[in-house]
Formats: sequence, structure tokens, C-alpha cells
Amino acid sequence: MAVAAAPAVPAKRKELSQSYWSLVWYRFKKNKLGVFGGILLIVLYVSFALIPEFLAPYALENRSQFVEAPPTPIRFVDEQGRFQAPFVYGLERRVDMVKRLRTWVPDTDRKYPVRLFVQGDEYLLLGLIPMNIHLFGIDADPREARIFLLGADALGRDYLTRILYGGRLSLLIGLIGQFLTIVLGMTLGVISGYYGGPVDMFVQRFTEFLAAFPNIPLFMALSAAIPNYWSPIAVYFMLTIILAFLGWGGLARQVRGLVLSLREREYALAAKSFGASDRRIMFRHLLPGTTSHVIVIATLSIPGMILAETALSWLGLGLRPPLTSWGTLLQDAATIRAIRFTPWLLWVVPPILLTIFAYNMLGDGLRDAMDPYSGRG
Amino acid sequence: MVNYIIRRIGYALILLVLVSFVSFAIIELPPGDYLTQKIEQLRARGDRSAEQQVERLRQRYGLDKPFLERYVNWAVNFLRGDFGESFEYERPVSEILGARLGYTVILAIATTVFTWALAIPLGVYSAVKQYSLGDQIISVISFIGLGMPGFLLALIVLYFAVILFNMEVVGLFSPEYERAPWSIGKVLDLLSHLWVPALISAITGIGGLVRIMRGNLLDTLGQPFVEAARARGLKNRTVIWKHAVRIAINPLITILGSDVFPSIVVGSSLVAIVLNLPTIGPVFVDSLRKLDMYLAGTCIVFLTFMLLVGNLVADLLLAWVDPRIRLE
Repeated sequence: MAVAAAPAVPAKRKELSQSYWSLVWYRFKKNKLGVFGGILLIVLYVSFALIPEFLAPYALENRSQFVEAPPTPIRFVDEQGRFQAPFVYGLERRVDMVKRLRTWVPDTDRKYPVRLFVQGDEYLLLGLIPMNIHLFGIDADPREARIFLLGADALGRDYLTRILYGGRLSLLIGLIGQFLTIVLGMTLGVISGYYGGPVDMFVQRFTEFLAAFPNIPLFMALSAAIPNYWSPIAVYFMLTIILAFLGWGGLARQVRGLVLSLREREYALAAKSFGASDRRIMFRHLLPGTTSHVIVIATLSIPGMILAETALSWLGLGLRPPLTSWGTLLQDAATIRAIRFTPWLLWVVPPILLTIFAYNMLGDGLRDAMDPYSGRG
Repeated sequence: MVNYIIRRIGYALILLVLVSFVSFAIIELPPGDYLTQKIEQLRARGDRSAEQQVERLRQRYGLDKPFLERYVNWAVNFLRGDFGESFEYERPVSEILGARLGYTVILAIATTVFTWALAIPLGVYSAVKQYSLGDQIISVISFIGLGMPGFLLALIVLYFAVILFNMEVVGLFSPEYERAPWSIGKVLDLLSHLWVPALISAITGIGGLVRIMRGNLLDTLGQPFVEAARARGLKNRTVIWKHAVRIAINPLITILGSDVFPSIVVGSSLVAIVLNLPTIGPVFVDSLRKLDMYLAGTCIVFLTFMLLVGNLVADLLLAWVDPRIRLE
């Protein structure tokens, strides 16, 4: 008995001194929607940003003769009604005389089994490891038959591959842009709240001015200003910087407000009376007090950035081909002609929406969890 | 009060000049101008006299003059009601915008009325019947609407309309009414097209409004004056609509000012582009893309103007609705 009781006492004491973050984690775990959003985001980032080369059956720019081929269904039952291992039919070109359209129809004479871990186009996994294994594919000469789970685009490229690769730029622009916003917004917010004076004046007026500006037009005007002879990568980074540049104001204001109240707290005064330098007080003592707010604001504003990239690229003001992002893919998908004749190009929309909702769910869960002393739940 | 309004207007004017200057400068940023693009086009077509033609245009639009001179010229003419000429359309800006202003206003009003007529009752219902099944359904829908970007929703609606129902939902009129004079049939045709953009704006706009209305009303319902009204034996309906909602609606009035007024100029341009609506939004986006600076500049100035007017109107409305607010 005594043995059993002994560890119970320290365990209880440990519970009493739970840190802020472990309380946050405890509360966050109870929010099913938030956890679901978080897991969804991990899956999305791993599959779209980390290993799209492995998941995609072909290479990004691998063209074929199968121009605008519709999605290939994976079949289990052949034309005689026999059940067998998954396979796809080959494609045959047909001209629809009524609609005056060229279409692709399944050719039931040619069957290609669908396999996992097939060899195909070569790539560098994570940019390092040379590989040619793809998650799935068909056993066939790629000149003769292909598998297009989500159809093919106007150059006969596999659309699933393009969506997978395109996610990388779109998803990362949100993360990188938000990182820049946080660095700018937190630094200027802390300085502006702690010192006041000219920096405060600048931050205040600047954010007011940005707020007076109509938002989307400002994005568009600035990204229209990116010279079109720049290399695609330079355009990408410039776009990220523009998005961050327009976003930091709100964050700086929030941090400033928090710092204004934090700097009057006892612990800040104590640090000051111990002779800590201004920089130490600002970045060591005050800034951590704002992190929980900043994390929530950042999580909830990443979708806005991803959408801004998507919308701008779609309008032809953001990223341009040969860069492939969800926005540039939308350029081909969002026309009346495309919706009528190649509706599968709209498959780029679900991943965008999924990402946005995942971030919103995660952000909502975090917002509730970040305030563990509120006594709710 | 009068003092306050005058000061606000003075401040707004200064901001307007600043915004117009900065937007002019931003449009100036890209290397080259509209005419450099035009030269390339003409050359590509093999037009030998391209240079001379463009030189003539350059002088006509004053593009050979320095930046500041051009801005001052444009600004002075702007005050006289001459907004300059669009390069792309080769017509006065006022004519282009004027032709589209009517539809833009109709659309803005239609979507606003639709959205608000839905959002306020839903918000009130979901606060009064907190945690009921209805509240939960409304919460889920508003959560989805909150994150849903309008132009993607427009694409989805378009997809279902075209593929599943084989409907034409693009534009504001059917082809046969496009150029017809106004008649009962044309109005009905307009209404049959108007519901698509109105519905899209409603779904995307309703989420935020419902959440705010619900949260505020919940706070208000717990306050002593609501209790007092109940204690006086007033009907539940009266307590909610006459006492609680009147106070809880304040933040929505601020949103009304900052959202609805600007939307009269370029309400949801992206949705309008997808649905090919004849409003100002698409023209504006196009002008930014093509460096058509007088057209773009005019749009931005009007947009900012509407934003400032909207904010002022919202503040005045707020003071009128809620006598506790004193404007300083």
C-alpha cells in the first residue's frame, strides 16, 4: 500500500503545476473538429507539399496524345461480367458527329491492370533521393495507354498529377507569407506598443491607410506591378512578399494592444527594476505573452493568403505558367467552355476548399483552447 | 455634431487625395505603359505604322508628360467631372462606368436585401433557441459560408447549373433580351438571372452576419434591462425585437457601412467575372491587368470614396439608433 501511495503524491503535484501549453493541448484535444482540421492539414501538406512526386502517377510536364481525355474509371468487372483484379480499358479516339466533338471512348479489347508501386517517370523524392516508383499506375507503355483518374488537360497531361504538384506552391505561399507577416507584425507591434513615439505613429497611420484602401484592388494593383519578364521563382517570392506586406498591419495592431497592457504587469516592471535592457524586456518577456493570440490570428488568416494567391493567379495577375499552382490550374478550369466540355478540370476546387476549411476548423479549435483559464468546458 | 461631420469629411478628403495619388503611382509601377503593350500587339500583327499610331496616342493621352504633371492634370479634370479616357475602350471613362453603374447598383441592392433579410432572422432565431437543432444547423451552415470564397462557389453553382440542369445562368439577361428595350418580359428575365449572384453573395455573406448577430443577442439577452422588460409582463416577441435586438444590432450597422457602400462600385468582382455579369467589377479588374490607368484610377477613387462615405453614414446611423453613443 505504501508503495502504491508514494508515487501518487508527486503525480498530483505535477498536475497542479501543469504548464500553460499542456493545458492548451489538453483542451484542444477535446475539440473534435479542431483535431480533425489539424490532422487533415497534416495529410494535405504531406501529400501535396512533401511527396506529390510519389503519389502522382506521372511527371508534371509529361504530355501525351490523350488530349482532354475524361477521367478513367477503374473497373473490377470486365465486359463479360467476370469479376477480376482492378484494371482500366485503353482509350480510343472517336468523333461525335452530332456534337462535332472529338472524344475518347474505352476500347474494351485492351485491358491494363492497375498496380501499386509501379516504375515510371524518374524524380527526386524530397528533392534528394532519386526514385522512379509511383504509388499506383498501369502496366503499359505510356505512349499506348495511360490512367487518368481525374482526366487529362489540353496537352494530354494527367490532371491528378497537376493538382498534386500544384498544391505545393499554393500551400507553401500561405505558410511562407504568414511567417513573414508574423515576423513583421510582431516586431513592429512590440516596438510600437513598448516605445510609442514615432514608430507607433508610423505603424498606426500606415495600418489606417491600408485599411482605407480597398483590399482586393490593392493586391491586384501591386501584383500587376510585378514585371512580367521576371523569372517565375522571383514572381513567386515577390507575390509572397506582397501578401505579407499587406497583412502585417492588423497583426501589429493586435500585438501592440496586448503589449500596452502587458508592459504594466508586475513581471514586466520587475524585469525592468532588475535592470533588463529594453530589448530583453520586449522580446524575452512581452513577446511570449502575445504568442497564443498570434498563433490563432495566423492560423485563421493563412486561408486568406492561399485564396489570394489562387484568385490572383486565376486572374492572370499572380503566378504564371510554367509555374503550376491551384490558381494557374483554375485559369483553364474556370471558363464556360471548360465547364461544358472538360468539367473534370474543376477537380482543383475541392482541395482548395478542403484546405480552407481545415485551417478554419483548426483555428477555431485553437482559439477556444488558447484561453484555458476561462473555465469553459 | 455638425463639427464632427465637417471634421470627418475633411479627413476623408485628405485620405482620398492620398489614396488616389498612391493608386496612380502603383499603376505607374510596372515597366512600360498601356501603349508599350499595344505596340507589341500591332507589331505582332505586322502593322508597319505601329510606331506612328502609338506616338499619336501617346500625345493624345499625355503619356509623354512626366508622372506628376499627368496626375495633377487628371486630378483637376476629375474634379470637373472629366475622368479621362480609357485606352482599352477608347471612350471616356464616365461613359463606360455609367453604362454599367445601373446593373451594379441593382445587383448590390438585391444581394444586400437578400442577405440581410435572411441573416438577421436566422441570427435572432439561433440566439433565442440556443443549442436547439435549428441553431446547430444554422451554425454549421454559417461556418461553411464563412470560409467559402465567393468565386469558387460561383464556379460550383455554374457547374451544377450547366451539367445537371442544363441551365444558362451566365450574365444578367438571356440573349433575346440582351439588346431589347425595357419591358415586363425583360424585367422578369433579369429577375430569373439575378437570383444566382444574389444566392452566392447570400451564402458567403450570411455566415459572418449570423455569427455576430447571435453572439451579440446572447450577450444582450442576459442583461438586466431585458429581465426588467420581461418582469413588466411584455410579450416575448416585444422583448426580443423591440428591446434586445435594437441594442444587439449595433455592430451590424458598422458592417453595413463598410461593406454595402463599396459594393455598389465593385461588389464581388470575382463572382461577377465568373458569372460574366455586366457590372463595374470585371471592367475594373481588367483595367488593372491592362494598365488602363485612368479607368483603374477612377474606380479606385470611387471605391475609396464609397468606403469613407459608408463609414461616416454607419457612424451617424449608430448614433441615431443608439442614443448612448456620443460622437466627438
